[in-house]
Amino acid sequence: MKQTKQIEEFTKGLIQDNPLFVIVLGLCPALAVSTEVINAIGMGAGVIFVLLGSNICVSLLKDFIPENVRIPSYIVIIASFVTIVEMVMEAFAPDLYKNLGIFVSLIVVNCIILGRAEIFASKNKVLSSVLDALGMGIGFTLGLLIIALIREILGAGTITLIPISAIGFDGKIRLGWLNNYPAKVFAFSSGALLVMGYLKAFFDWLRKRSAALQKSRKSGKSNLVQSTGGDK
Amino acid sequence: MIKLLGIFITFVFIENFILTKFLGLCPFIGVSKKMDSAIGMGFAVIFVMSISSVVTWFVWNILLINLGLKFLKTVAFILVIATLVQFVEIIIQKISPPLYKALGIYLPLITTNCAVLGVALIAVVNEKYNIIECFFAGFSAGVGFMLAILLMSSLREKYETEWIPKPFRGIPIAFITAGLMALAFMAFDKALLTNILGKL
Repeated sequence: MKQTKQIEEFTKGLIQDNPLFVIVLGLCPALAVSTEVINAIGMGAGVIFVLLGSNICVSLLKDFIPENVRIPSYIVIIASFVTIVEMVMEAFAPDLYKNLGIFVSLIVVNCIILGRAEIFASKNKVLSSVLDALGMGIGFTLGLLIIALIREILGAGTITLIPISAIGFDGKIRLGWLNNYPAKVFAFSSGALLVMGYLKAFFDWLRKRSAALQKSRKSGKSNLVQSTGGDK
Repeated sequence: MIKLLGIFITFVFIENFILTKFLGLCPFIGVSKKMDSAIGMGFAVIFVMSISSVVTWFVWNILLINLGLKFLKTVAFILVIATLVQFVEIIIQKISPPLYKALGIYLPLITTNCAVLGVALIAVVNEKYNIIECFFAGFSAGVGFMLAILLMSSLREKYETEWIPKPFRGIPIAFITAGLMALAFMAFDKALLTNILGKL
């Protein structure tokens, strides 16, 4: 019983409560860095690290932080982890750091992180907070990857990954005619907003459908047969 | 003077924070359902952005650079902004209760508005503006936010009476509207700026 609850805490962030498409938090970095797949991966890794660190710290310190100053304290904890990410990224992945620009610093105001600290980590034990952070972080990264894939494939006809010089791979997978005739609008800011709108609509539709399916499953098979019969 | 005008046009139109940089999208989508609340949010943002860009200029140029603590910029800026928002809230509550009533609920939300931290980072750290230019950049970015959120809220009020396909109702249609607005804002580009400034 306990284990299934923990698994649930991990998986809920992936689809059911996906931070990007269901809760609609942390949009600014998500849309801004989704022009190339590699940026999305870098951003996702940064967010997972910060989320993990802040969730662990907050859930450890929850009994020591006075109620009145909890939000500033959370922000300081988050900002410290963001500074770590900034410094590590600047040192080891300078190209990525340049691409992401101010959005690395802006992880600090990513509402997902403060939101999880306030809603979840300040009320739960360390282990569940870790699982929650991992689930939410991976859910965010997955969402980001979907947006980035759509935007880069349609907008530039490429998929940018990490370049590996040993085999002469420059980090870009080019996709034939899409690369020759890209729909540039997807690379612009308006493309990001349009893609996000359609994806959100799709996820809403998916959620409603699966809820309706579950309902009909619960109410028994006879009902389902009747309804299909009615369709004919 | 011309540089200030250039900053104004850049931050309001060419690099509108919401529509080209995606800064401040959460309040933009969240608070744009009604015109009244959009206006309240817009004024609160203009107010906080103008002050915070000046204060962060002092923090960056006087404290952090001289002490060699540039890497602390994220922590320092967000703390200054959070404190400032609280401070402004208390002062407005004392001085002008009607204004507090109008802005009240939106002020705390601004702390986590990435546009405020964004304008501080762009104007103070990246562009290295002087103090007057910083104030102007903050003010103009706020005006740009106000413009976008006003346009958005007036459009969304119209949507209330229109038929929209079910899955698109609410947030998705707001995103698509914002996307089309961003497309329209692409007409304002750097060439336009040099054109305008060249004629003066």
